[in-house]
Amino acid sequence: MQGVCATDKRGSKELGSEELVGWDEVMQGVVVNSFEGDATDIARQKAEERNYSEFSSYTATVASWRVIKPVYNRDICIDCQNCWVWCPDTSIVSRDKQMLGIDYDHCKGCQVCVEVCPTNPKSLLMFAEHEDLDKALAQWPQKEKKEK
Amino acid sequence: MAITSVKNLKEFSTANDRFEGAHLLCPGCAHSMIVRELMNCTDDNLVIAANTGCLEVSTAVYPYTSWDTSWIHIGFENAATAAAGAEAMYKARKRKGTLKDPDAPVKFVAFGGDGSTYDIGFQWLSGAVERGHDFTYICLDNEVYANTGGQRSSSTPIGSSTTTSPAGRISYGEKKMKKDMVTIMAAHGAPYVAQLAPNKWKIMAKGFQKALSTEGPCFINTVSACTTEWKFDSKDTIHLTDLATDSLVFPIYEIIDGQELNILYRPKNILPVRDYLGAQGRFRHLFKPENEHVLVEWQKRVDAHWERLQRREEARV
Repeated sequence: MQGVCATDKRGSKELGSEELVGWDEVMQGVVVNSFEGDATDIARQKAEERNYSEFSSYTATVASWRVIKPVYNRDICIDCQNCWVWCPDTSIVSRDKQMLGIDYDHCKGCQVCVEVCPTNPKSLLMFAEHEDLDKALAQWPQKEKKEK
Repeated sequence: MAITSVKNLKEFSTANDRFEGAHLLCPGCAHSMIVRELMNCTDDNLVIAANTGCLEVSTAVYPYTSWDTSWIHIGFENAATAAAGAEAMYKARKRKGTLKDPDAPVKFVAFGGDGSTYDIGFQWLSGAVERGHDFTYICLDNEVYANTGGQRSSSTPIGSSTTTSPAGRISYGEKKMKKDMVTIMAAHGAPYVAQLAPNKWKIMAKGFQKALSTEGPCFINTVSACTTEWKFDSKDTIHLTDLATDSLVFPIYEIIDGQELNILYRPKNILPVRDYLGAQGRFRHLFKPENEHVLVEWQKRVDAHWERLQRREEARV
């Protein structure tokens, strides 16, 4: 289904050449559908099972906002899901109670996930956007001793 | 109502997100944490209305929508009215038997910022609650008109520097106290009214579930730390919310049927209000010697409010 626009031809006409219509003929607002086809069972479908339409922001990206990116270290993670519950951008991918990784299309690099990570050393750390993932994992810090 | 288990975070994390990324809220914005949590705590179909505000402009940028549910935006003030209207229509069509799937559970939710809840949409909200529609209104309280550049709202607390109450040589910022919206809504006799915070995710999820499953109008005020207008680093959103709840600036409590008050979270170590204020750029000027009296006033008012809540809880009236 397509989004319905107030004037279907918006953008295709030169400014000022619009036909005049009465107030009761103007269709106001816009309807956009997040999904193609049937969408009655969305709450029980995982993102990969859904049929997103081109209007869902799921199909868009904000990756260019980032200057630093979180890198995930599976070896240290305890699957506490703190990062999942507090990620403001739905960018932590968790399936079956396991943290799988970071959705770099939607992550804005806010660093909240790193701050709420309880492990020692942290299983999420920020690196420069251009840093190679393997290189980042290779320079992971060691466990910090607690100061008494 | 089909609820997602919130026994622990692992169970909760099996919920399927219905709020998509690539919305345009600032990095580290608490709005989306709250909205995600609401949508994750139930499997029911949701009909969501939103007031104009950061949430609305950032999640519905044509041609994109971040919502996987029915979502409507009309004007600055009338999310409550839109949700109430949808609910009334749903009931009428159910009665007439013209619904496609009459057994599908539906919940009606309205979101508003503090500007559209405390000021501009107050009359609409009050009316919808008075008429007793079955919906939940959630105020994302960041204490400022963040979407339009940080003007003061009636939720802005004393001493806060905003673009329309700037601190400087003569002024220490906002002069007026914050409106006590939770008590005002409880006075409407709403069956469930609460103040919740995203750092206490479990209390918040349970509060949301309670509100959604309660029949009648429910109001929830949520603390939404604003990195841009409160002026702190985006990574500290949860830390700052911790400071807000542990210093009792934002006590977490619920009021049932306008009568029974329950405090839902008692911090083990109550922090001084200074710690909370000092972590934000909007209160930086208060730490100048000439503004010491505002800090004293702050602490006094927070203490008095906490005392009042405890007394009310004890008295059960």
